Amino acid sequence: MAYQPHHNWTPQAQKEILKQARTGGVLLSGMSNNKPYPIYWDKMLLNASQVTNPSIDPLREPMEIRTYLGRKPAKLEFHADGSLKTKLEPQVQLETPILFSAMSFGSISLNAQKSLAMAAKKLGTLFNTGEGGLHPALAEYKDCAVVQVASGRFGVHKEYLENSRFIEIKIGQGAKPGIGGHLPGEKVTVEVSHARMIPEGSDAISPAPHHDIYSIEDLRQLIWSLKEVTQYKKPVAVKIAAVHNCSAIVSGVARAGADIIVMDGFRGGTGAAPTRIRDNVGIPIELALAAVDQRLREECIRNSVSLVVSGSFRNSADIVKAIALGADAVSIATAPLIAMGCHMCQQCHTGKCNWGIATQRPELVSRLDPEKMHLRVVNLVQAWNHEIKEMLGGMGLNSIDSLRGNRLMLRGVGLRERELEILGIAHAGQ
Amino acid sequence: MTLIAGKRTFRELNADIRTALETQNTVCVESVNGQRYIGSGLDAGKSIVLHGTPGNDMGAYLNGGKIEVFGNGQEAIGNTMNGGEIVVHGHVGDTLGYAMRDGAVFVEKRAGSRAGIHMKEFRQMQPVVVIGGVVGAFLGEYMAGGTLVVLGLGNPQNLPLVGAHCATGMHGGRIFLRGAFSQENISENIAVRELTVDDRAELERHVKTYCAYFGADEAEILDVPFHKLEPLTARPYANLYTPN
Amino acid sequence: MFKREGEVRIPSGCAIAAVTDRSGTCFGGAEIIDCIALMHDRSNGLGGGFAAYGIYPEYKDLYAFHIFYDNNDARVQTEAFLFRHFDIETFEQIPTRKVKSITGSPLIWRYFGVVPQSKIKKNDFDEDEYTARCVIRINNTVPGAFVFSSGKNMGAFKAVGYPEDVGEYYMLDTYKAHTWTAHGRFPTNTPGWWGGAHPFTLLDWSIVHNGEISSYDANRRYVEQFGYKCNLQTDTEVITYLFDLLVRRQGLTLETAAKVLAAPEWDVIDRMPPAEREICTALRTVYSGALINGPFSILVGSKYGLLALNDRLKLRSLITAQKGSKTFFASALCILRRLRGTVLLRCALLRQRRQNRLSGRRQMHCVPSLCGNLPDARH
Repeated sequence: MAYQPHHNWTPQAQKEILKQARTGGVLLSGMSNNKPYPIYWDKMLLNASQVTNPSIDPLREPMEIRTYLGRKPAKLEFHADGSLKTKLEPQVQLETPILFSAMSFGSISLNAQKSLAMAAKKLGTLFNTGEGGLHPALAEYKDCAVVQVASGRFGVHKEYLENSRFIEIKIGQGAKPGIGGHLPGEKVTVEVSHARMIPEGSDAISPAPHHDIYSIEDLRQLIWSLKEVTQYKKPVAVKIAAVHNCSAIVSGVARAGADIIVMDGFRGGTGAAPTRIRDNVGIPIELALAAVDQRLREECIRNSVSLVVSGSFRNSADIVKAIALGADAVSIATAPLIAMGCHMCQQCHTGKCNWGIATQRPELVSRLDPEKMHLRVVNLVQAWNHEIKEMLGGMGLNSIDSLRGNRLMLRGVGLRERELEILGIAHAGQ
Repeated sequence: MTLIAGKRTFRELNADIRTALETQNTVCVESVNGQRYIGSGLDAGKSIVLHGTPGNDMGAYLNGGKIEVFGNGQEAIGNTMNGGEIVVHGHVGDTLGYAMRDGAVFVEKRAGSRAGIHMKEFRQMQPVVVIGGVVGAFLGEYMAGGTLVVLGLGNPQNLPLVGAHCATGMHGGRIFLRGAFSQENISENIAVRELTVDDRAELERHVKTYCAYFGADEAEILDVPFHKLEPLTARPYANLYTPN
Repeated sequence: MFKREGEVRIPSGCAIAAVTDRSGTCFGGAEIIDCIALMHDRSNGLGGGFAAYGIYPEYKDLYAFHIFYDNNDARVQTEAFLFRHFDIETFEQIPTRKVKSITGSPLIWRYFGVVPQSKIKKNDFDEDEYTARCVIRINNTVPGAFVFSSGKNMGAFKAVGYPEDVGEYYMLDTYKAHTWTAHGRFPTNTPGWWGGAHPFTLLDWSIVHNGEISSYDANRRYVEQFGYKCNLQTDTEVITYLFDLLVRRQGLTLETAAKVLAAPEWDVIDRMPPAEREICTALRTVYSGALINGPFSILVGSKYGLLALNDRLKLRSLITAQKGSKTFFASALCILRRLRGTVLLRCALLRQRRQNRLSGRRQMHCVPSLCGNLPDARH
């Protein structure tokens, strides 16, 4: 019998109850929050120059989107002979403000990860190993790899840390704040087991929290242990989920010594997350970013750390708005996966991805050819780069540096006073 | 070569240790006072001897090297250790051998909470932690491989051999406990078994090494019965989830 | 009711000019008034002003405060503050001449004073920092009072009106300075507030500026992290604070500060020799928030020298020329036609620019400071 229409008890609500009544299990979903919460990107509009200052044509004028991530001193000092006295902490040069987010080998296939690595290399940006270790097949991409250290420490050892552009400590993830990772044994194939350095077929449990981190000073300890073991050659990033108190948390993380802070909004993707967590925990990245950037500025430390945000950037305009709110760079994952074929069926957790992305089955993985697919990802990011330059030029800017935190470039539409206040922007017409 | 740690910062001290180890294989450090990260990532063939109290994360990411401490240790010794050996002639704090993958840690006396959590093994990599005294709560939490040994020696206050919530979420490896322990401190899904012949051989090997380092009586230690804890299933959470 | 600067952001176009004598010889204000008057059409009578360096030799070690008061109450309140925080040696109304087109004048006073030694010992900063904080405090907290000049041996003079009339009004022909800058304003709104005219000043800094910067909010939010408050919401104000931060507080040279504000492009940096590349890369990464974007030409006066700076794409006009020991800067070439025997530097710059365009590249034109002759010069 068909479900009777009911505004509150939707067919989906009823189906979920029946599933749990049958199995007693925690509901598990893939991809990202699928509920109709407000999308603030769509309620902010960008500026363009008219007369009083000119727009700039990116086709004939230099238009700079190069971005540096890493800890910055408050000032530079010079010797009497004009040479630089201040020694800068290691910096990461990116040719675009777009990075690829963490997706482990295990949650996605080696071919998918390799496509991202190849694309990152061509684009002058970085891919992220997630907490699945770096597979030997990707060793040649180590200079564009971000290696992750999560609570399970899978595949983490000295050489892994050294084979990276920077190191990311994963505290949380937007799709499942407060919840760890759990790669089921059936996905731990020989290859996955090799990268993670665990026996084949065993569960890879990476709970929240890190059991050596119970406070901000413990985080400091982990950050500096990573700096020590890599002899201060690698910036250390800390990734957190955007949660209610994120401004205070980020401030603490910055003071704990993180060089880069990655904040993932509640729409961030995942290979698998408990449905209820995915759909109900965390806050929108737009509000979190605005609040964090403002807080760090009030504390006069915004300039010392880099801020990377993620959590469902659908197009280049979302990215431009994020940078105007105050981000240094953004990190994307779902978009490049869609470029590689993902149809958003949200069944990643089943491991049966038709497109050879979120699967370890050899017959499915072989459908994804990195030689072809990385080019689609390159195309996507290059198109976005060009669009970012067009929008920058329209605003009369020729460097992304002048967009960062430039909230006068944004106006809200259909937003309430409190939302505008948090975003730190005026309403359209003002 | 001997270095004096005194009140120097960890960054200065560790840089000096690294420099010294470029030209020699062993360095001795006197009057260590809480400096962190000593010997982090130390490679095979290199060794450090410490006198005093090394700070947290001593031997983090240890990569085959050896650290011997004459004194007590603090928190997170051997964090994410990938090989090598750590010997502590004294007590140690919490989170000993967090996520260690290979190598051995010998602690003469007691260890704090959360020792050996996230320990794991991979092929020939089989980590071992031997604790001479008693140990705090959450021993071997989420343990996925390797061997933990708790001897319970020198326990005048008669503290429990292992604290509460021992082996929560354990899904691999083995824990050898010497003498009596409170069953209520052992988590569900954990089997308490007699040692097999192979287990006994492994245990004796570790006890022998322990005695060699700390001068304990091997026969006396092995005279008391041991039990082995191991997970009932390698997939404790296999039925936790329902695809939605 | 029109809103004032500070209540709203008012874009404006402008004319700017400067004359400096590199030998340090002081000369009257007639020349700069002539220069700016020739560019009459670039302003609309809604603001004009001048900054003059070397005008108070008899008080050269004293801070000279020029203050607008809307009413006598504001004066009483401000003077109470000033006399409490400074040893004021002398004060008077700034002499003015009756000029038909200049109306609605506030009360205009000047004060010469030093920072009492006891204040410096008590506080953890130097006398410049102390004075800057006092000025900011008056401007933020005393209603109807506005300190529009606070440097030593220099002064700003500004009003609502055409700049040549403003010069006449303040009798600038009677002052002698080694460096003069001038500004004619074309705001897109009519605030009619004297404080909103240019130059904007803080301590010895005076800035006249032409253009509207598109990076305003990025620059504002950057500089406010260091304790500044951009109350007027003007480009000139934020640029002044950037220079104050980089040069006075952080100790960069004017030239290095210019490389921060109008930074070389990345592909130019990539081609530099390693040592220079390291410096420019570090400057761009550390000071990315101080990069000024959008069209501008600015003239920065200070005790460190006079700096003329153009935006990176050379979107605003700015020419420079030399005659004898004098150097001229202006928005328009016409001012130089009357100067016979002038060496027109602009031609050289133009040629360079054309070559750059042929190779598909424009370049910023940063004319280094000409401060070798000044008493407090740094380099």
